[in-house]
Amino acid sequence: MKEINVEDITAAVAQLAIEATHFLPEDVEGAIRSAKTTEQSPIGIQIIDEILENAEIARTKMLPLCQDTGTAVVHVEIGQNVHITGGYLLDAINAGVEKGYDDGYLRKSIVSQPLSKRTNTKTNTPAVIHTDIVTGENLKIMFMPKGGGCENMSRYQNFLPGAGTSAVTDFVCETVDLSGGNPCPPLLIGVGVGGTAEKAMTMAKHSLFRKVGEHNPDPEIATLEEEILEAVNALGVGPQAVGGNTTALSVFVETYPTHITALPVAVNIQCHSARTKQVVL
Amino acid sequence: MSSTSINVQLPLTDSVISSLYIGQHIRFFGTIYTARDAAHKRLISQSEAGEELPVNLAGQVIYYVGPTPPRPGGVIGSAGPTTSMRLDPYTPKMLELGVKGIIGKGGRGPAVQKAIAQAGAFYCIAVGGTGALLNRHITNVEIVAYEDLGTEAIRKLELDGFPAIVVNDSHGGDLLTEGKRQYRTSERKIPEIKELR
Repeated sequence: MKEINVEDITAAVAQLAIEATHFLPEDVEGAIRSAKTTEQSPIGIQIIDEILENAEIARTKMLPLCQDTGTAVVHVEIGQNVHITGGYLLDAINAGVEKGYDDGYLRKSIVSQPLSKRTNTKTNTPAVIHTDIVTGENLKIMFMPKGGGCENMSRYQNFLPGAGTSAVTDFVCETVDLSGGNPCPPLLIGVGVGGTAEKAMTMAKHSLFRKVGEHNPDPEIATLEEEILEAVNALGVGPQAVGGNTTALSVFVETYPTHITALPVAVNIQCHSARTKQVVL
Repeated sequence: MSSTSINVQLPLTDSVISSLYIGQHIRFFGTIYTARDAAHKRLISQSEAGEELPVNLAGQVIYYVGPTPPRPGGVIGSAGPTTSMRLDPYTPKMLELGVKGIIGKGGRGPAVQKAIAQAGAFYCIAVGGTGALLNRHITNVEIVAYEDLGTEAIRKLELDGFPAIVVNDSHGGDLLTEGKRQYRTSERKIPEIKELR
């Protein structure tokens, strides 16, 4: 059994918040760079240039990649042989978010209640925290500062059980077409198929931790990912929706067994500022 | 950067506005004001109550932005655009109050596109998710109203070569519609864009 103190968790989360919001992951930057060579629209290429220049300035001047430093979404995988000491795990994560957003000069965008009391909590907490119990004795913390522009374009629908892959492709295409420039294309597109409503959306969100171009290990699903990517890029939406052939950089599909009556499909969109960072304690 | 950028010196003139067309890359020089959801709501309720507005909007450019806090010694943090469609319900009224230029990201609903052209105004986008780059083109910042709104307070910004792309011009053009049509190879029917609710 491994003991991990909550202070180490808080420090790790704070560090993840700062690094994720300032350093664009290499795989994302690489994909954007290669899109520049295939994009057909001149204004689309200009936009890609500005996105690449932005990543460079963020990295060297320590300015957040985007002013929307997001909802702090934290997925934690807890090895069942880990013993957390000195306090409560979720409090430690929230303390880390508060510290990271303070120390990193990040924008605090969370309001305390979604309806009548939309007052800023001034700490960017509470985070949205998902926990999974896994084997082993590691604690893996996966951090995603999720911007509102793309998160707000998420969609869910349950289809007839026999609707098949074309229903999934059509739903993703319709979602991207309708969302236009709001989610800041070029996009990464997370798709959860199966399970229940909340399972589908959680899979869609979690898939966004994959690296650009990393396919589902199931060959059938990997093929579906390729088909959806091609269909989305044929829509002509383009960078920032000004028109072009680079609308998405990658599509990630996750599946789960589902009920005989159901075909749940959830789409969770990620903007080009695809900020994630993880650490294993 | 593009050699074909057009420099736009502020304040705007009608002849400058009418010379702008969709798809042009422009660079702003001069003074603009920031406003997001909460500031729009307050400006319009003040106007409807007959109160004097804290900012004279006549001929001005409004930027939809809620920046990150500046680091010590900086004037502003990361400062890219937010989703414009959320401001659609307020935009016709803002145009009536004299706003002539808007900077945001994403498209506008059909009614707002029409209102922009009718007002002889224009809408442009800065590239969403490039707040660090845009920071380098903002040389001075002053909070001029609604300081209690924090990141949503109205700020006066001085711009120096701030990049943007014209999306809705004063002639009624819409770059997002035209661009999608030009580059679409899909057989899928283009869905009708609905306003956000």
